Amino acid sequence: MKNISLPVYNEKITALIGPSGCGKSTFLRCFNRMHDLYPDNRYGGEIRLFPDDVNLLSPDVDPIEVRMRVSMVFQKPNPFPKSIFENAAYGLRVRGMNKKAELEEKVETALINAALWNEVKDRLQEPAFNLSGGQQQRLCIARALAIEPELVLFDEPTSALDPIATASIEELMLELKEKVSILIVTHNMQQAARVSDYTAFLYLGEVIEYDETKKIFTNPEKKQTEDYITGRFG
Amino acid sequence: MNLPDTQSIIRRQRLYEQLFIILGIVALLVALLTLLALFTRLAIDGMPRLTPDFFTSFPSRFAERAGILSAWVGSFLVMFVTACAAIPLGVSAGIYLEEYAPKNRWTAIIEINVMNLAGIPSIVYGLLALGLFVQIFGFGQSILSAGLTLALLILPIIIVSTREALRGIPGGIREAAYALGATRWQVVSDHLLPYSSGGVLTGVIIGLSRAIGETAPIITIGALTFIAFLPTSPFMAEFPFISFKWVLDPFTVMPIQMFNWTSRPEEAFQYNAAAAGVVLLAMTLLMNGIAIWLRYRIRKTIKWQAAPLQQRRQRNRSCPFHNPQQPHRNSKRKHASSTFITALFMP
Repeated sequence: MKNISLPVYNEKITALIGPSGCGKSTFLRCFNRMHDLYPDNRYGGEIRLFPDDVNLLSPDVDPIEVRMRVSMVFQKPNPFPKSIFENAAYGLRVRGMNKKAELEEKVETALINAALWNEVKDRLQEPAFNLSGGQQQRLCIARALAIEPELVLFDEPTSALDPIATASIEELMLELKEKVSILIVTHNMQQAARVSDYTAFLYLGEVIEYDETKKIFTNPEKKQTEDYITGRFG
Repeated sequence: MNLPDTQSIIRRQRLYEQLFIILGIVALLVALLTLLALFTRLAIDGMPRLTPDFFTSFPSRFAERAGILSAWVGSFLVMFVTACAAIPLGVSAGIYLEEYAPKNRWTAIIEINVMNLAGIPSIVYGLLALGLFVQIFGFGQSILSAGLTLALLILPIIIVSTREALRGIPGGIREAAYALGATRWQVVSDHLLPYSSGGVLTGVIIGLSRAIGETAPIITIGALTFIAFLPTSPFMAEFPFISFKWVLDPFTVMPIQMFNWTSRPEEAFQYNAAAAGVVLLAMTLLMNGIAIWLRYRIRKTIKWQAAPLQQRRQRNRSCPFHNPQQPHRNSKRKHASSTFITALFMP
């Protein structure tokens, strides 16, 4: 990946689009150092997280600390084979929170924020696998929100879901941007157009164009961007 | 090529197929019938001796008074030591190799050699143990030496099955935990260990059922064949109530007792040996049965690809032709599985 420079604004949704293999997911994984977990990883450049202006990629920064501030939602819903409550509470438990009342309060807030509370409030002790795919994904979002992150990364969060579940997740993201910053990778152009405020088009590991979503989708500056968005390649 | 030619070729190929099927069945029967014949013979010879007294008597010079008390107690205690030593060692080694070790040439060499260890003849382990445990460490010809020897023997089985079980956990679970800021140890202890416990347990039981029948290494370290007393009791009347003196006591085990009896000239002892054989076989089969049952339960309970299953269920529900019993059966099974997971994973 090369020549990437883009801002991710506070309390806004930034979308990364581009053809398969262009490095969107790799780029996303740098933001919470998940890329550390893959063999032969290598970093160059820096990602600065404000307000404290810390370089997330610096070798002096503990990746665990980065992941405590930047949480992530994956492509396929991946709840733990535990109860709904334990799933939402796991991030808090990792942070050493053990008081029952406090956990319950935070889990409730997270589930409300993930628009799942009304569906699961009476069965928090049931296994998470009893939920439908869309509910599982919202549970994963609740799990990512419970730790009150500064930035949430979404890696194609709806590509394993049906259109109805997708619509509910998109709606949810629009509500969430009031509270957190969101960076989303998507293969679905309409999705990027619907939910994001800013869009970056990546191709072969390079940012071809970055601008307000409206501008990218109505009046792109570069020919390549226009071709991709109109479906002529990729 | 004309039609008659084609047909004759097909006929010939069919014939080969039939021949192979017959060959296969014969091969299978040879193995199965031999086992069946052995077992029947053992059962017929041994059954009359399988009285309660047989289990509560010490070996004796008189065949009809001899029993397997010291042997089964010995086997049980040796297995206990083996399990205590092999489970923590094997599981930690498996976890390290699968989750921590860097994937390089050294790890590959170690992996291959762990596999090789499983193929080393057990008598070699016996020799090693004779030198190491009995002489250098000075444990003597004791339960401790035997337990540790058998632990070494089954270590590779446990390591390999632990790794298999860990590999069966989808990568998404690891990613999810790491993304929440969990350290490697938290991922292992909160997720990987609990979710793989079924597979690990199966490996442990298969290992133990192999160890319980091992004779050669135990003879090598010098287990006695005639023991008319029990090891020191592990329970005491006064503080601290539990004693570990028994680990250094001499002992005998089931296969050695059998070996001893078969080498006697009197025919009556042969029946004793057969009876002990039936008991030993029953113990092994029981352990294997538990392992199979556990594996079956775990496969049924932890379904990683739960999402497609859920979608299928929902489709079933909305389908006007669906069998009304199906959701009920599903939900019942789900419920059973959930309690099982809870029982298994909650400390």
